[in-house]
Amino acid sequence: MSTAQKTTYREAVKQAICEALRRDPRVFLMGEDVGHYGGCYAVSKGLLAEFGPERIRDTPLCESGFVGAGIGAALGGMRPIVEVMTVNFSLLALDQIVNTAATLLHMSGGQFNVPIVIRMATGAGKQLAAQHAHSFEGWYAHIPGLRVLAPATLEDARGMLWTALEDPDPVLIFENNTLYNMEGELAENAGPVDIDTARIRRPGRDLTLITYSASLFKCLEAATILAEEGIEAEVIDLRSLRPLDDATYLASIARTHRVLIVDEGWRSGSLSAEISARIMEQAFYDLDLPVERLCSVEVPMPYAKHMEEAALPQVDSIVTTVRRMMHHG
Amino acid sequence: MGEFRMPSLGADMETGKLVEWLVTPGQRVKRGDIVALVETQKGLFEIEVFEDGIMGEPLIAAGQTVPVGTVLARIDTGAAKAAAAEMRAEPVAGKASEPASTITPQKTAPQQQAISSERVACSPSARRLALELGVDLATVRGSGPHGAIQRSDIEAAAHATAQATAAPPEPKAAGIEPTAAQTTESRMRQAIAAAVSRANREIPHYYLATEIDLSRPLQWLEAENNKRSIRERILPVVLLLKATAKALRDVPQLNGFWLDDRLQVQSDIHIGFAIALRTGGLISPAIHHVDRLQLGELMQALADLIERTRVGRLRGSEVSNATVSVTNLGDRGVQTVFGVIYPPQVALIGLGKIGERPWAENGMLGVRRCVTATLAADHRATDGHQGALFLEALNRHLQKPEVL
Repeated sequence: MSTAQKTTYREAVKQAICEALRRDPRVFLMGEDVGHYGGCYAVSKGLLAEFGPERIRDTPLCESGFVGAGIGAALGGMRPIVEVMTVNFSLLALDQIVNTAATLLHMSGGQFNVPIVIRMATGAGKQLAAQHAHSFEGWYAHIPGLRVLAPATLEDARGMLWTALEDPDPVLIFENNTLYNMEGELAENAGPVDIDTARIRRPGRDLTLITYSASLFKCLEAATILAEEGIEAEVIDLRSLRPLDDATYLASIARTHRVLIVDEGWRSGSLSAEISARIMEQAFYDLDLPVERLCSVEVPMPYAKHMEEAALPQVDSIVTTVRRMMHHG
Repeated sequence: MGEFRMPSLGADMETGKLVEWLVTPGQRVKRGDIVALVETQKGLFEIEVFEDGIMGEPLIAAGQTVPVGTVLARIDTGAAKAAAAEMRAEPVAGKASEPASTITPQKTAPQQQAISSERVACSPSARRLALELGVDLATVRGSGPHGAIQRSDIEAAAHATAQATAAPPEPKAAGIEPTAAQTTESRMRQAIAAAVSRANREIPHYYLATEIDLSRPLQWLEAENNKRSIRERILPVVLLLKATAKALRDVPQLNGFWLDDRLQVQSDIHIGFAIALRTGGLISPAIHHVDRLQLGELMQALADLIERTRVGRLRGSEVSNATVSVTNLGDRGVQTVFGVIYPPQVALIGLGKIGERPWAENGMLGVRRCVTATLAADHRATDGHQGALFLEALNRHLQKPEVL
């Protein structure tokens, strides 16, 4: 049996990259500031010295260019890990990701698959304002041909990358930037994890909280507070945003009959809307209350701390919403 | 409009007798107020309300026995000042006996006429459940948002129907319509019988025992008690209870319920403390949040609980939500307790007599004051290893009484 060691989310991501670089000579890391600077969020600090400039490649500030280069490398037999600094910047590479990476397998009649992994930071909470702090992972979850992952726990930060690299098709991994400093215990022999299923992170009989990424921890904290009042919330971590693991949350709703979706993305046309629709389609007769959603306020993410906090789903608002649902009024 | 219902004061409670209304119609009540006395197989309990509002007319009169979940009275939770004034115009204490003959929990026809012309608001899940249980939606009053019928309403309606049809021909069913011959004691005996039979039938118990040297904690307690006034003095059992709570924090798997085929660990530590009644039988009311109480507070809580148990004035929450139990039979000279777990709890800690014993340590023999602590635990929920860790933690905490 392996012992657990104290580590951070950042370190877990770094370990995952190191493992991939060691295990497979086709793997390399590419992105803005990943080499000499050590990564915008210091994830790749020290990797340049260990693996050299061939495998840890600094790129110009040109998302469209280096994501395109990554796709080319993948087509050529490499296993690139491309880091895009934030999801906001990935919009500059949207054409490469959506029009190229996601479509080539289809358009080549199955001849060319694109085994690229693109990692990007997402989410608000660090006062990075409206051009660095949005949560667009739900948009990517709209695109057939992509897999979209949202590791929240250390195990997933450590384990999803290798499984993603093994996948023959493009995989996007979204790392919420507020999680990098999160500390916790991780087994020394932690390794690859599945990227298909959602997980129940806390069992409960009264209500299902469906969430992912950083909001998971807000939901868990809210569930602890609610438990003191006798409300047992079941907390589900989606882990994979595309494809969605419908079975796990539908089974939960069959037990609890009530559901609140907590999503840092905006509400309109969102991932939470998609999940809500699926529940309506597949579990209508299990519902004892209308599906509810708690999402970010529909404004560009504010810079001011108090306003940024007010714009995001928080522990308080989750607790209040669940209380209202349980006691209706 | 809120509803005040016959509460469930334990998994085995099916019916309760409304003994007395402690409020009058029109009276303003707040969450936590004691509004009625209810008698169950386990005795007489004070029942709290969970909403603020104005008490409506009683739907069930004093003296009636009704199923759990039956609406006893409505509570106007809106700003119904006018209604309050109207009701105050004729406040009569004896009023409670009047509506009994006219209103029963199943017959709510007058309210139904108002909504029968439109579609009944009912959650999809409740609708399906109603179909499965054969409940007619038109006879159910909804308690959900905007009066929508929810699963709980269907369950209550089905339960009420089942009780109503089962009760007359089956006076044997435990506790329903007690006959004159059935005394409180014999009904309590039945309740205990039901609980322990279930425990023995369903719970694979395992037992662990350990001898704990109490010399140091008792010395500390004597010194501590010398500093306190006589009224504030602390009994040794309080140290044992507090140490038990702290040890449960270390081994939380023993603090919880076995429900739905899995262990549901509880974050709050509410210790059910078995108290023998002078009239025979026993009851195990909960001391809430034992791990958060100072020793002095715990002593007061214990004294208060014993006093109220013996005079039969326990609160509903105290008899229904213990997360673990402690049985202390040391007062009667018992050396070792092998307890029966109270389902759905998963552990019972037994405490024997504190007395002087020969004690060998470091190659020397001495006389020490000791207690035998036992653990009866549910093997489905935990294994002996966790049980052993618990007893070890109990000893460890007891040896540091100053930080208990």
